[in-house]
Amino acid sequence: MTQLQVQIWRGGADGRFQTYAVPRHDAQTVLDVVTYIQRRLDPSLAYRFACRVGMCGSCAMTVNGQPRWTCRTHVARVAANGKLTIGPLAHLPVVRDLVTDMREFFDKWARARGQFQPTRTRRDDFARVAPASPSRRAIDVAIECIGCGVCYAACDVVAWNPDYLGPAALNRAWTLVNDVRDGAQRERLAAVVGDAGCHACHTHESCTERCPKHLAPTASIAGLKRASALAVLRGEL
Amino acid sequence: MTSSSWRNRGHAAYGAFLLHRVSGLALTVFLPFHFLVLGQALKGEGALDEVLRWTQSPGVQASEIALVFLLAVHLTGGLRLLLVEFVGWRSDAQKALIATAGGVAAFCALAFALNLV
Amino acid sequence: MSARGEARLWVAQRASAAVLGICVVVHLITMIAAVRGGLTAAEMLERTRGSMAWAAFYGLFVLAVSIHAPIGLRTIVSEWVGWRGRGADAACAVAALALLFLGARAIAAVSL
Repeated sequence: MTQLQVQIWRGGADGRFQTYAVPRHDAQTVLDVVTYIQRRLDPSLAYRFACRVGMCGSCAMTVNGQPRWTCRTHVARVAANGKLTIGPLAHLPVVRDLVTDMREFFDKWARARGQFQPTRTRRDDFARVAPASPSRRAIDVAIECIGCGVCYAACDVVAWNPDYLGPAALNRAWTLVNDVRDGAQRERLAAVVGDAGCHACHTHESCTERCPKHLAPTASIAGLKRASALAVLRGEL
Repeated sequence: MTSSSWRNRGHAAYGAFLLHRVSGLALTVFLPFHFLVLGQALKGEGALDEVLRWTQSPGVQASEIALVFLLAVHLTGGLRLLLVEFVGWRSDAQKALIATAGGVAAFCALAFALNLV
Repeated sequence: MSARGEARLWVAQRASAAVLGICVVVHLITMIAAVRGGLTAAEMLERTRGSMAWAAFYGLFVLAVSIHAPIGLRTIVSEWVGWRGRGADAACAVAALALLFLGARAIAAVSL
């Protein structure tokens, strides 16, 4: 039985990598490796997971320098020469080991006005939204985000600009900008423009490259740029 | 907080960004010198010719070819950005756009180089 | 700067980029044609001296680049050097004026 040489980040921000030897199996995922270490080798290892089947996004970590869902990353794909390096997601404070503090990620979501603002009450008729309309189509390709943080960890602008709202928050804002039922359009646009917002995106496309749900936050952010440019030219912003 | 690694930056669009930013910076640094050289014409044709003769050296010629490439690449990369931002996005077209931008820029630099030497 | 102001800067940068797109294409073609057989002051000035059209073209070019480049510089300096705020904005405004002045001087030098 071959062994994997696995380096795992231990400790907080000023921690270090610790090496473990893990038995290699067929069809083994990186989450399997982390779980093995915590159950058999070192129970003090802290990490997050939930569904372990690629639906919740909780198990996102940095694997060999790239943010990924560990439950959906086969060891065979990433452990060339039997070596693995696993760390917490980048650009977020480290709580301990592989666990990050996700508060800022979701705070920025809120700052980008990533919440739906209703305009009707239960006494009103249902809103009618044509599924084939351009705005609904724009929402469809961007709505499946589950807030895993992989895009945020992949984005260099997040590292260079601490106020930058990030791809996920802006992507969600774009889906709401296209929502004909939403009543906070003006406030939302004001929230997502500027150096902390969509205008700081430089189309690196790292978010789009890494998104496990194959979304394209770059495209959504480009949409926000268009919407805000129009608003600036109309004097609405 | 850990930082993102260079592994994350190994895709075409990131390379295009880096080239675009570095070329923009280089051109901005070059521009005042360009204006000053042209400004020599204020002192008469002779003064301008003197500077132009200095630019005949192979080192300067090589730099000029590089600058033309940087200008062309900044142009084509910028046009690509304007397309992505204002016209729209098609994920299957992205890599092709980047390759086209690079190719056209290289063509311009080559055309300049062939005419120069 | 307010978010609204930053959005306006972005629009100005993209608008000037569109103008520069045309100017640079013309400039590249001119350059490539002009260096054939060596470049002399006489050749260059024969084209530009007394030409309103070329002066207007280069004038537009200089104006657009004086808007476009400093805004780009502002972003680079903010993200890679960490310099932000009023001081950085003022420095970029100075850069814009400097480019405008030197560019106008260069146009005057070759047109008049």
